[in-house]
Amino acid sequence: MTSTLQLFLIISTALFSIGLLAALSRRHAIFILIGIELMLAAANLNFIAFWRFSPEPQQPTGVLVAIFSIAIAAAEAAVGLALVIAIYRHYHTTSVDKLDQLKG
Amino acid sequence: MSSWIVSNFWLIPAVPLAVSLVVLSLANPQRSIAALLAIFGQVVAFVLAIMAFLATLQMPGFRAVHNFIWFTFGDQALRIGWMLDPLAAAMMVMITLVGLCIFVFSVGYMAGDKNFTRFFSYLSFFSGAMLGAVIANSLLLLFVSWELVGLASYLLIGFWIERPSAAAAAKKAFITTRIGDLGFFLGMLWLYHNSGTLLFYDRGRGCLEDGGLLTIGASATFIALLIFCGAVGKSGQFPLHVWLPDAMEGPTPVSALIHAATMVAAGVFLVARVYPLFSLGAVNGVTPSLTVVVTVGVVTALMASLIALAQFDIKRILAYSTVSQLGLMMVSLGVGGVAAGIMHLIAHGFFKALLFLGAGSVIHGLDHEQDIRKMGGLRWIMPVTFLTYAIGMMNLSGVPFFFSGGWTKEEILHRTAHWSVSPLPHYLMLAGVILTALYMTRQMIYVFFGSARNTDQGPVFHAHESPRVMTMPLIVLALCSILFVLVLTPAWPWLHAYLNGEPARADLSLLIQPILFLSLALVAGGIGVGWLIYRNASEVDPLARAQPGVFRFLENKMWFDEIYERTIIALSRMLSRLANWLDRYFWDGLVRLFAGLAQAFGVLSKGFDDHGINAGVDETTAGTRGFGRLIAAAHSGQIQAYLGAIAIGMLLLLVLYAWLG
Repeated sequence: MTSTLQLFLIISTALFSIGLLAALSRRHAIFILIGIELMLAAANLNFIAFWRFSPEPQQPTGVLVAIFSIAIAAAEAAVGLALVIAIYRHYHTTSVDKLDQLKG
Repeated sequence: MSSWIVSNFWLIPAVPLAVSLVVLSLANPQRSIAALLAIFGQVVAFVLAIMAFLATLQMPGFRAVHNFIWFTFGDQALRIGWMLDPLAAAMMVMITLVGLCIFVFSVGYMAGDKNFTRFFSYLSFFSGAMLGAVIANSLLLLFVSWELVGLASYLLIGFWIERPSAAAAAKKAFITTRIGDLGFFLGMLWLYHNSGTLLFYDRGRGCLEDGGLLTIGASATFIALLIFCGAVGKSGQFPLHVWLPDAMEGPTPVSALIHAATMVAAGVFLVARVYPLFSLGAVNGVTPSLTVVVTVGVVTALMASLIALAQFDIKRILAYSTVSQLGLMMVSLGVGGVAAGIMHLIAHGFFKALLFLGAGSVIHGLDHEQDIRKMGGLRWIMPVTFLTYAIGMMNLSGVPFFFSGGWTKEEILHRTAHWSVSPLPHYLMLAGVILTALYMTRQMIYVFFGSARNTDQGPVFHAHESPRVMTMPLIVLALCSILFVLVLTPAWPWLHAYLNGEPARADLSLLIQPILFLSLALVAGGIGVGWLIYRNASEVDPLARAQPGVFRFLENKMWFDEIYERTIIALSRMLSRLANWLDRYFWDGLVRLFAGLAQAFGVLSKGFDDHGINAGVDETTAGTRGFGRLIAAAHSGQIQAYLGAIAIGMLLLLVLYAWLG
């Protein structure tokens, strides 16, 4: 099986779907964060794949975007975890089912 | 000096008024400050009054007038002012001097009272208001001061408010005088309507000067009579005299100052002040209005002297004698003797204040006993009071020679003898002289002579002479009433000339006039008969034993109160009951009817609102609310639901994108 763009796209789609499923179905906030990280990873994979199979793979454009994305994801994870901890301190739970005070 | 006072004599009433306000703000324990301030204010007023009096001596008929605009109303400017003339100056000196004596007397008389400071505030207030009435050069200003005086009288009669009888007497005095004041007020309006000015003297255009009198014309009689109504109320003339004896419920210094010496004389002063209105168009010195004044005066004088014969309250006897003396003054004014009336007013001010203060001294010494039947034999116990009281009695009875009251009464009798309409007032006044001598003798005997009745444990048992602070004013007033003779004998009628604005001539040959012997005989007869009748007076009055029916008639004040109760008061009660019924059933019914109509309309309107308008509005709101609820269901607050919705939306977009190519 040759490594083609489609293969990478299928993998990234699968990864994104798994992440989305995790973000949608898990009740624990940390797991939702993990799902979101998965979705970000899928997006990064897409960047790399499109860059690798682009007409001009010499320029490290895709890698740079991916590195930026990872850096931002790290920062996001830190903020997200801090939020989770703050929520836990406040509500004594991290189950998003019970965090429904934003409803209209 | 005299020019300063001529432009600043408004200070004379202003000082006591200001003092009254200051004293009113003092706390109750500051007794000595209150008394000193009030007396100080009175001394200042007295000194200023003397200065003003000296200023009027510059020339006969002196008159200083200060007019100014009080306020403008549209194009009409209402002007008031004050003036200084012999009448005002003489009145002011009398008022401040008598007032001063009474203020000092009050320090002793009211020593134990808990509202001491309030009393002196009211007294000062009265003094200021009375002086204001005297110097007024505008009927309006006079009326304002007149009402202030009435207010002071009301406050002071009801000074012991915890006594229901005092409160009732204060109310009676206020309402009765108000009936007269209504006439006064109407007369004032009529005068203003006709002459366009209420100023007395205004460079020839005032309502008492030729220019103003011309515009009044034939209605002067009615205006004068309406103004006389006010004088009738204030001076306790028939038929409004009923309040004055009841006013004796007030503290005795008040009775002396207000209800004997000054305020009640204001009615006489008023008539004297607006005399040109009364005498306008006089034929031979007689006008219809003056005839009415004489008639009222005669009726009052005789009636009051008769009632005084049968009273047992020491102050009430004096009150009725005041009423009768005021009647005498009215007679004098009515027959044309203005100066004579005013002279008697001033002399009366001195000796009646003296009598009242003497009565106050007796009452004070007897621990607030006022019934003369429980007195007797006081001439040894209270010698100063007895002597001064005797001088007052001689004045009031009209004994000439040393007593000013005798000379002024002489003058009035002389005047009535020459009245062109009828000799009747003259004879009736002569009868009045006998009656006066009679009831004063009776009172003297009951109070000071004989032996003390009810000695064991009775009030006389504890009797004592009053302190110096009370006897000194008595002595001063007694001296005044004697020294006053110097300026009013026919030999040198200085006061008469002064009041009339003429130079005085001395002529000793005029001292003895035939009428002097007549009245001397009458007075001597009155006193002698009185001595014979009352010599052995006991608890039962000799007159009551001889004529019980007549006595009861007089003792009950000729049933005036009862008659008024049955007629005027009953009528006004009936009217108020009718008004009450009308209010309750007729007017209230009308109001209720309209209210019911409005209510019915409200019910209709509410039904329409509920079923017409509200239904539509309700439908709309229900729809909006339902839709809102539907949408709100989506906002579950579940973050994952939102996320799912986003995912589905993305998916749908993708599908749409793919489908459309």
